[in-house]
Amino acid sequence: MTTAVNIIPIFVIVPLAGAFMISIGGRKLKWLADFLGVLSTAGLFIAALFALKLVNEYHILVYSVGAWKPPIGIAMVLDGLTAFMLVTVNLVALMIAIYSVKYMEHFTSKWKFFTLFLLMLGGMNGVIVTGDIFNLFVFLEIAAIASFALVAFGVERHELEAAFKYALMSTLGSLFVLMGIALLYGFTSTLNMADIAAVLAQKGSSNIILLVSVLFVMGFGLKSALVPFHAWLPDAHPSAPAPISAMLSGVLIKSLGIYTIFRIFGNVIGVTPAIASILMVLGCISMVVGGFLAIGQWDLKRLYAYSSISQMGYIILGFGIGTPLSILGSLFHLFNHSVFKSLLFLGAGAVEYATGTRDMKKLGGLMKKMPVTGMTSIIGTMSISGVPPFAGFWSKLIIILAAVEAGQLWPAVWAIVASVLTLAAFLKAMKCTFWGDVRVGLEKIIEVPFLMKFSLITLALITSVGGLLLIPGIQNVFLNQAVGVMTESADYLIAVLQHI
Amino acid sequence: MSSKERQTGMSVIVRTTARLTVGFILLYGIYILSHGHVSPGGGFAGGVIIALSFINLMLAYGKDTALSKLPKAVTSFFENLGALILLSIALLGFTGGYFFLNFIAKGEPFHLFSAGTIPLLNLAISLKVGAGIFAIFVAFVLLKYEPEKNKKE
Repeated sequence: MTTAVNIIPIFVIVPLAGAFMISIGGRKLKWLADFLGVLSTAGLFIAALFALKLVNEYHILVYSVGAWKPPIGIAMVLDGLTAFMLVTVNLVALMIAIYSVKYMEHFTSKWKFFTLFLLMLGGMNGVIVTGDIFNLFVFLEIAAIASFALVAFGVERHELEAAFKYALMSTLGSLFVLMGIALLYGFTSTLNMADIAAVLAQKGSSNIILLVSVLFVMGFGLKSALVPFHAWLPDAHPSAPAPISAMLSGVLIKSLGIYTIFRIFGNVIGVTPAIASILMVLGCISMVVGGFLAIGQWDLKRLYAYSSISQMGYIILGFGIGTPLSILGSLFHLFNHSVFKSLLFLGAGAVEYATGTRDMKKLGGLMKKMPVTGMTSIIGTMSISGVPPFAGFWSKLIIILAAVEAGQLWPAVWAIVASVLTLAAFLKAMKCTFWGDVRVGLEKIIEVPFLMKFSLITLALITSVGGLLLIPGIQNVFLNQAVGVMTESADYLIAVLQHI
Repeated sequence: MSSKERQTGMSVIVRTTARLTVGFILLYGIYILSHGHVSPGGGFAGGVIIALSFINLMLAYGKDTALSKLPKAVTSFFENLGALILLSIALLGFTGGYFFLNFIAKGEPFHLFSAGTIPLLNLAISLKVGAGIFAIFVAFVLLKYEPEKNKKE
């Protein structure tokens, strides 16, 4: 293996080092938090693009931490799905870091924010690169605990309440995951994910695996806010500062919930027909219930949070259908949702920054005062509701087509219904916030500073041209590598086990 | 208990016992920490015991005495330092080609000076854990609930 493999631990080292350096010096040196926050996320994004190039060259790379060979030591694995997730997470993180430089001046201790932000990013990157199931749990907890503190960052009554609720629910989810890992370890005597899959293939099915699957669906379902487990999300996501709402809705629930479901069910335990239909049902319920609940909201960020639940439903539905086309749609929707949902949350943050409220009953006509925020939010709206030619249209189209192709007509119908519900909810949000006449009391509003506009415009551009990722040449580089990992999971096993 | 007594801590019996035992508890923590690689224990357990010696001081003498020995800023500094030392040792492993590689000579098994980087990692962990647990305790002690109002800090 080449020296290029040394890039894999970088994704954990850089954010953790950044976090502790900010924590040690940020109180005195005011510029350090901004500087290190933006620099490390920018570096991570470039490294993620480089990792994508490596994946196209070598297909799969395995790193043994401390030169201990897996399955005894911890393995870090870089394959198509990992590179795809790393690019998504670090792209959104970079945009949010740039945005936070100005936005977080509202709050008194920006260095604490950037410390927790980078810790959370380190946890997410760790979840994505690790090839060891207990290591995955540890990184999951790092990211989750950092996010509890970030939800409570404003330390007002409702924020503390939301953070407490979130901490309780999320810890319950972690407990299910830990129990699942313990049972799996007891059954297979190994913690390396590829090795677990190999042992399971040898030992055959067992009721313990059924129990473990259920525990993982509950645990990771709680993390990714599928509908029966969603109650924490509409409180936690709007209560956090806007950049963190964008981070939580944009990438945290995906890397902690969706990615882990993809990896563990796709590559380790395997998707049985029962699990696939459970995931499809959960996906459909999430889509429709999330959509209906979103329409009734009057708080801008709360509406966006409910629609996140709805969009998670699409991703899980795509995975549950299980054909290569639906997995492609599902992963593409994951990327698109990361981009446009963080765009929308940052837009809501810009509205709150300029006007001081996010109650839609008090807003209106902001398009005339804040053209950049207005336009980018409308682009995000059109993308999330599936208006062509924006990226969200293509990914929803693929999921619906794949559902029809696989003979799953009802999920396809529900997906279309949910899309209409999303459009309704977002038209309401846009009408009440940006269109119409300027409300009394909002005449003196001015557009947000340049750095915030920069993030909004970049994300809007990405979601506008996101459909281009489906052009065959580009699709092979980015999306198909990730789909390949899910559809040919035997390759993952063989490649990782070669290093044992 | 009057307010004056609360400032100086608990009764004479508790304070005297604490004064006599605090040093031993600290020493025992350092022992557990430094022998982590040859006997049960290690950085986490050693760090917790070291933190407990300061917490004991705080329980017996009140928060002012303990915080004058180990101020909040110093606690926070040591916590971050622990994490950074751990990360630096892990990064130095790259000199041998691998992250977290044990790159120092391993020495004789079961001797105090053996096991390469493990004792150093234990030291870093004990700084992080000890300072962390003390900081959490201090946070609970200093926490004041002011109903409604008040923004950050």
